[in-house]
Amino acid sequence: MAAIFQGIGTTASLSTSNSFDSKRFQFPSRRSYLSERKGNLFVMRSEGRIIGGSKGRGTSPLVTSAVASKAESSSTSTASKPGHELLLFEALREGLEEEMIRDPTVCVMGEDVGHYGGSYKVTKGLAEKYGDLRVLDTPIAENSFTGMAIGAAMTGLRPVVEGMNMGFLLLAFNQISNNCGMLHYTSGGQFKIPVVIRGPGGVGRQLGAEHSQRLESYFQSIPGIQMVACSTPYNAKGLMKAAIRSENPVILFEHVLLYNLKERIPDEEYVLSLEEAEMVRPGEHVTILTYSRMRYHVMQAAKTLVNKGYDPEVIDIRSLKPFDLYTIGNSVKKTHRVLIVEECMRTGGIGASLTAAINENFHDYLDAPIVCLSSQDVPTPYAGTLEEWTVVQPAQIVTAVEQLCR
Amino acid sequence: MAAYLLKSKNLINHLKPRIGLFGSIVSDCSLSSCLTHYQKSKFDPNLRNPDEISRIKSTLFVPRRFESVRAEKQLSSHDVDDDEKENSQVLEFPIGKVTFSPEMKFEAESSEQCVPCYRILDDNGQPIAHSNFIELSEDVAVKMYINMLTLQIMDTTFYEAQRQGRISFYVTSTGEEAITVASAAALRIDDVIFPQYREPGVLLWRGFTLQQFTNQLFGNKDDYGKGRQMPVHIGTNKLNYFTVASTIATQIPHAVGAAYSLRMDKKNACAVTYFGDGGTSEGDFHAALNFAAVTESPVIFICRNNGWAISTPVSDQFRSDGVVVKGRAYGVRSIRVDGNDALAIYNAVSAARKMAIEEHKPVLLEALTYRVGHHTTSDDSTKYRPADEIEFWRTKRDPITRFRKWVQQNRWWSDEAESELRNNIRKQIVQAIQNAERLEKPSVTELFTDVYDALPLNLREQESSLRETVRRHPQDYPPDVPV
Repeated sequence: MAAIFQGIGTTASLSTSNSFDSKRFQFPSRRSYLSERKGNLFVMRSEGRIIGGSKGRGTSPLVTSAVASKAESSSTSTASKPGHELLLFEALREGLEEEMIRDPTVCVMGEDVGHYGGSYKVTKGLAEKYGDLRVLDTPIAENSFTGMAIGAAMTGLRPVVEGMNMGFLLLAFNQISNNCGMLHYTSGGQFKIPVVIRGPGGVGRQLGAEHSQRLESYFQSIPGIQMVACSTPYNAKGLMKAAIRSENPVILFEHVLLYNLKERIPDEEYVLSLEEAEMVRPGEHVTILTYSRMRYHVMQAAKTLVNKGYDPEVIDIRSLKPFDLYTIGNSVKKTHRVLIVEECMRTGGIGASLTAAINENFHDYLDAPIVCLSSQDVPTPYAGTLEEWTVVQPAQIVTAVEQLCR
Repeated sequence: MAAYLLKSKNLINHLKPRIGLFGSIVSDCSLSSCLTHYQKSKFDPNLRNPDEISRIKSTLFVPRRFESVRAEKQLSSHDVDDDEKENSQVLEFPIGKVTFSPEMKFEAESSEQCVPCYRILDDNGQPIAHSNFIELSEDVAVKMYINMLTLQIMDTTFYEAQRQGRISFYVTSTGEEAITVASAAALRIDDVIFPQYREPGVLLWRGFTLQQFTNQLFGNKDDYGKGRQMPVHIGTNKLNYFTVASTIATQIPHAVGAAYSLRMDKKNACAVTYFGDGGTSEGDFHAALNFAAVTESPVIFICRNNGWAISTPVSDQFRSDGVVVKGRAYGVRSIRVDGNDALAIYNAVSAARKMAIEEHKPVLLEALTYRVGHHTTSDDSTKYRPADEIEFWRTKRDPITRFRKWVQQNRWWSDEAESELRNNIRKQIVQAIQNAERLEKPSVTELFTDVYDALPLNLREQESSLRETVRRHPQDYPPDVPV
C-alpha cells in the first residue's frame, strides 16, 4: 500500500510576506457552499450508472460553459462540429485504443486492467479485443510491474502502465527514478524507454489519505521523465496519444474526480503537444496558472470575478515537467500578476517549483509577488468536511485575486 | 457450485493449463457463465462475449481487497498420501480442490536434506561416473576456456590498475568465471541479458573486445555509455546486454518484461537475468518470479550464490535452503548447480533455455560458488572473513583450473597454449589501457544529451550556463575534457 508522505515542513520557496496561506481563509459556511454547488449539475451517463469509482454525493462541478468556450477558442483549433460526445475516461480509452491499433507494440499492464477493465474503466473492452497478452493483468507489485514495463520497453514494446491509484506508484518510485528516468542516459542512448505511466491521483471524495496522493510533487525532480496532467476529455485523448508516441518516459496524471466529464471532441485524429500549456480563458488583469481539477475551481471563481469586474487569464499548464515557460511568460508579461492554484501540498509541490521558475525568469515583469494557493501540508482526512478544507475552493481563489489586484 | 466442478473433471483439466488471475469482484455472474467465459478468455481473445461484460455489475472502487470467488487451480493429486486419501474429503477453495486432514501438521520450514547440486566434473576435472551431459565440441570448449582465462587475467590486471590509481573503480568476477562464460555459451545472441554487475564473462563470450571494455572503464569518448556509468556497469545493445544499474535486483523484473515482449513477438529467444544471493532478498526478486510464473514468460533466473553480499554471509541473508527452494514457492521450476563446474552450468542452462522457450516456463537456476575477490575495489573482505577461506577457494576450488584439466585431458589444450595465451592477453590489456588513457573524454555536451530524446529548453539553458562557467574559470576545469 502507498505510504503516507510526511511533509518536511521546512522552507518553501515562496515569498512569505504577502503569501496567502490557504489556512487563513476560513471556509464559508456550509449552506453557502452547498448553494454554490447546487448550480453545477454533475453530468452522468443517461442510464444513471456511475462509471468509475467515486463515492459520495456527486463529483467535481463541471463548468460546461468554460469547457465549451475553450474548445472553440483554444489555440490548437479543433475541427468544425460535429464531433462526438464522450466522457473523459472514454476519451482516454479512445486515445489508447487508437494508438494500439496504429502500433502493435503498444500494450497495457496494470492491476485489473484486463477483464475488469480497470478500476476506472479506462481499459474496458480492450482485453477482449486485443487479448490478455496485450492487456496484461499483473499481480500486486507496483515496483515489479513498472520494472517489467521498463524491460519490455527496452526490448521494443511501448507499454502503458496503469497505477490503480497514483499513490501506489510510490512503491514503483525506485524503478521510475533509478531505471525509467536513467537508463536512456546511463546506457549512452542505446536503450530507450518509451513507457507511459498513468493513473488517477489527487484528492477524491473521501478516499482516505493513502488514496489522495499528489504524486506530481514527488516525481517532479526525477531527470529523464516528462509529466503531463489532463483535465478535459479533449486534452486527455490528445495527451494520451502524445505520451504513447513519445520516445521518453511520460507520466500522465489523471484525476479521480474528472473521469466523468463530458465533452464533444473531434472525430478526426489529433495529437496534442506534451510540452504546451492550454489557454483556457484569455484576460488582462491577472494570470492564473492551474492544472487538473483545480482548473474547474478556477473557472468557477472566474465567473464570480468577471461579475466583479476582473478579467483573469486562466492557463491550464498541462505540462508539469517541463513547464511551458513560453506561454506562461507571455502571459506574465501581459498581466504582471500571477496566481498559482494547485492541489499539491504547500511544501515542495508543483506550485513551489513554478513559483521559483517564474521568479527566476520573469521577475522584472511582476508587479506583485507570486501567490500560490495549495493544499495544506497534511494528510488528506477522511471526514468529508475536513477533506474539503484541504482543497483550494473557488471562494479562496476569488479573494486571492482581489488581494493581488489591489 | 461445488457439485458442478466435481462432476466435470474435463472442465477442470481444461482449466488447469489456462491458469490466470481472475481476481475481481463479480457479483452477479453465475458460475456457469463465468466459467464459460473464463475458459475461453485467456488465450482466445476473439471468443469473449461482450454481453457477459454488461451483465457484470460495475462495483464501487474498493481499495485493494479483491477476492476471487471462483475455483482456479486444482492441486496435483499425487501430493496426497494414500493414508490421507482414505480419510480425506475434498474442499473447494479459490485456489482449487484441497484435501484436508484432521491431523494438525505444520509444513517444516526446511527439509532434512539440502537440495542436491548438479555437477559433472569432480574437483579434479574428471567426469563423474554416470553423469549425463551434453558433450561440448572442441571449439566451444576451447572458446569457453579462453574466455574464462581472459576474464581472470583481465580482473587481476584491472584490479591492479585501480590500486595504482589508473582507473577509479573495478568489480572482479574472481571465482565466478565459469558461471558467466558457460551460461553465455549455452545461450544464443538473441537471448537478452539483464545483468547485475558481476557478469562481464557474458560480454566476453559475446565478443565484447578488451579495448571496448577498457574504454568503458576509463569513460572515454569511445565508451558506449558516454562516460555516464560506473566502471564495469556496461551496456551494449549490439550484444543484447542491457546496461547495468547499480541498484540491486531491479533488473529482475526488467527481464520478465523483456521475456513478455519476446513472447508477444513470438521470438525464438528468452530473457536471462543474473543476480547474487543478496539480491534475492529484494522485493523485486520475489515479485518478478511470481510474475514470470503467472505470465508464463520465457525467462531464466540465474542466481550466483557466492556466499557473501558484501560482508553479509548467506546465513544472515536468508534461512531457507539457499535460493533454489524459493522457486517452488512461486511455481517456478528450479535447479541447483555447481557454479564452479563449467560443464554443469552449460548443460543446465541449455536445458533451461529449451524449457523456457518451448514450454513458456520461467526457470530458476542457483549456481553455488564463492566470491574469491572483494565485493569491489572499495572493499577489503579480509575484514570480515578469514584469509585462509578465501585462499582455499581461490586455489583448491578454482573453476578455471578444473575446466582446464578436463580440456587438457581431451587434448584440446596444452601448457604451451596456456602460457602463450596468458602473455597475449596481458599484452592486449596493457595496450588497451594505454590506448584508452590517450583518448579524450566525452565532451561536456554529453552531460545533457540522452536525458530525453531531444534537448529541452531547461537543459539547453543549464548547458549554456555551464559553458559560461567553464569559460570564466578555465583553471578549475579539467584540460582533457573537450568543451
